[in-house]
Amino acid sequence: MNALELHKKIEENAGLLIFGILLVSAIGGLVQVLPSLFQESLSTPLSGTRVYDAVELTGRDIYIREGCHVCHSQQVRPLVAEVERYGPYSRAGEFVYDRPFLWGSKRTGPDLHRIGGKYSDIWHEVHLLDPRQVVPESIMPAYPWLAERPAAGVGDIQAKLRVLRRLGHPYADADIAAAPQRLEGLREIDALIVYLQMLGTGLNADAADAADAHGGH
Amino acid sequence: MQRQNPEIYEDRVVVRLVQFSVLWAVLGMAAGVWVAAEFLWPTLDFGQFWLSFGRLRPLHTNAVIFGFGVSALMATGFYSVQRTSHVRLFLPGLAWFCCYAWQLVVLLGGLSLLAGWTSSKEYAELEWPFDIAIALIWVCFGIVFFGTIARRRIRPIYISNWFYGGLIIVIAMLHIVNSLALPVTLDKSYSLYAGAQDAIVQWWYGHNAVGFLLTGGFLGMLYYFLPKQADQPIWSYRLSVVAFWAFTYSYIWAGPHHLHYNAVPEWVQSTAMVMSLVLLAPSWATLINGVMTVSKAWAKLKRDPALKFIVLSLAFYGLATFEGPMMAIRSVNVVSHFTDWTIGHVHSGALGWNAMVTYGTFYFLVPRLVGAELHSTRLANLHFVLALAGTLLYILAMWASGVSQGLLWLSVDRLGELSFGFRDIMAGMRPYYGLRLVAGLLFWGGTLLMAYNLFMTLRGRRTVAVSPPPVAEPWRLERGAAGIATERARA
Repeated sequence: MNALELHKKIEENAGLLIFGILLVSAIGGLVQVLPSLFQESLSTPLSGTRVYDAVELTGRDIYIREGCHVCHSQQVRPLVAEVERYGPYSRAGEFVYDRPFLWGSKRTGPDLHRIGGKYSDIWHEVHLLDPRQVVPESIMPAYPWLAERPAAGVGDIQAKLRVLRRLGHPYADADIAAAPQRLEGLREIDALIVYLQMLGTGLNADAADAADAHGGH
Repeated sequence: MQRQNPEIYEDRVVVRLVQFSVLWAVLGMAAGVWVAAEFLWPTLDFGQFWLSFGRLRPLHTNAVIFGFGVSALMATGFYSVQRTSHVRLFLPGLAWFCCYAWQLVVLLGGLSLLAGWTSSKEYAELEWPFDIAIALIWVCFGIVFFGTIARRRIRPIYISNWFYGGLIIVIAMLHIVNSLALPVTLDKSYSLYAGAQDAIVQWWYGHNAVGFLLTGGFLGMLYYFLPKQADQPIWSYRLSVVAFWAFTYSYIWAGPHHLHYNAVPEWVQSTAMVMSLVLLAPSWATLINGVMTVSKAWAKLKRDPALKFIVLSLAFYGLATFEGPMMAIRSVNVVSHFTDWTIGHVHSGALGWNAMVTYGTFYFLVPRLVGAELHSTRLANLHFVLALAGTLLYILAMWASGVSQGLLWLSVDRLGELSFGFRDIMAGMRPYYGLRLVAGLLFWGGTLLMAYNLFMTLRGRRTVAVSPPPVAEPWRLERGAAGIATERARA
């Protein structure tokens, strides 16, 4: 049977058509995506990378809820200008506890992967509540409600930690037991700032030094 | 009880889906105009969390892609699969379920986005309860669609059905794999994949949602309605078949070009880049096929606004499918990535291609569904001008801002120091954001005109009952009493 005859069969048989589409469209994913899921270097943390604690995780979930990733990337590309502007470029091992990843696709505002430690907590609080007070030309929205809501109200923190532990994140029973207390008295904005301040700090010292040697600072 | 007659096409569900599609176009584009205005006046959310940019922007994309786009694809898919199969829709009740259940998902899903329920993954933001609902509705969509094909009275399965079929099958695969997550509460789940792996899976999904929904699905629409409107057969049927398989094979590889220079393996980026360039061939094969088909109907083009929309959509399809592979080249992407250029590219596809081909199809379809003339050809022509002006202005504004951002961000002086601060570059984009808002208003205004025009065309009219015409002998497929093809007996 030549190719045209075979194709005539597919053209007249719905079952073959369905099977054909499934087969042909699956190849790319099987060859390109599936191996990546088993590539250890993509799922091995750097020596300085650790899981998010209860407060950081809550801050991260607020970051997701407010859609910060819609305007801010978390991915410093290995380019001279980016390393100069933001800091050491991003490594895959830094993101192994990121569910979901928050690399983003748009920089309406600057990249935030190395924002941790660059500004004070007070600066962040003023900036989140009224961005134009500290950055006059900013077009970022204000987030006044973050100062009014308790961090403990952002979902069930113990359930979250348990789910993440099932996914392989190394949380101890004690971490989960102590989680609600860690959030006590904190507002949403406090948790978000704690998260922002730890962003990009999981890069181990050796890798950061290597990046410096390549012209970063 | 004419409705019970199996020999009448089920077209009422098509009318209802068109109505929902137009409604979502108006609402989704209004949200787009609003977020465009927030770039100029960031306090336009009035301190309300649900009007905040980070929540409203995903609402805009979801309402337009899944409300306007998918409703239009369901409507035109149901319409064309009946005509090309010469049989009434399989399980019409299930088709109605798809229609209303889908609108409910778009409505409640949209509200959930405003409430802050989000997985954060682009074009897959809705949380897990919606993901499950979408998967179920999609399976029902597939049952109605393929069931109709299985009961057809004509031997060949027409090419438009391949593209609609590709849409149903591949989107199901992508949606299910990408949405895998462990739920915490109703409004929160954690992805089964983490970090770089999550990124690779997400862009395998994200790019192919563009590929098999916004490109492939709408190509199904094009392959049925372009020959109908031009009153010409497809220029080369064989080319369309070859292009279909090449398209289906190569598109799926292209996703990781969204991750150039990101922390994913270089071989993954390279395969994505190469396959993105390969993709130019099937994309433009379809373009050539479309242009050659319409080239025998230029006279009709002068007076038929519906055909004008469709031909213009082909031009933008050609532009967007050329620009895409170019932006997938790493040395181009290094400039375009993270900038407004991407937004412009998406809109040259979404406005110029998806919306225009849909508008042209609706202007053709709606009068036929109720057996009347279009309420106003003048308004439709005005809509055409507004849509064209809006799309061009949008693309030009975002090219200007995107290329500026890309080059200025990367610019370093002779000493290797950054030439420009981020804030200054951002502040310099204001005029372009202003132009983009004007462009959005023009396009949205045109859409409002169409909504009015179609409403007036439909008002007070009933869907006409159409029966399948008989099929000529070499193509006829005989069926027994149960509707089972006697194919085996013939073979």
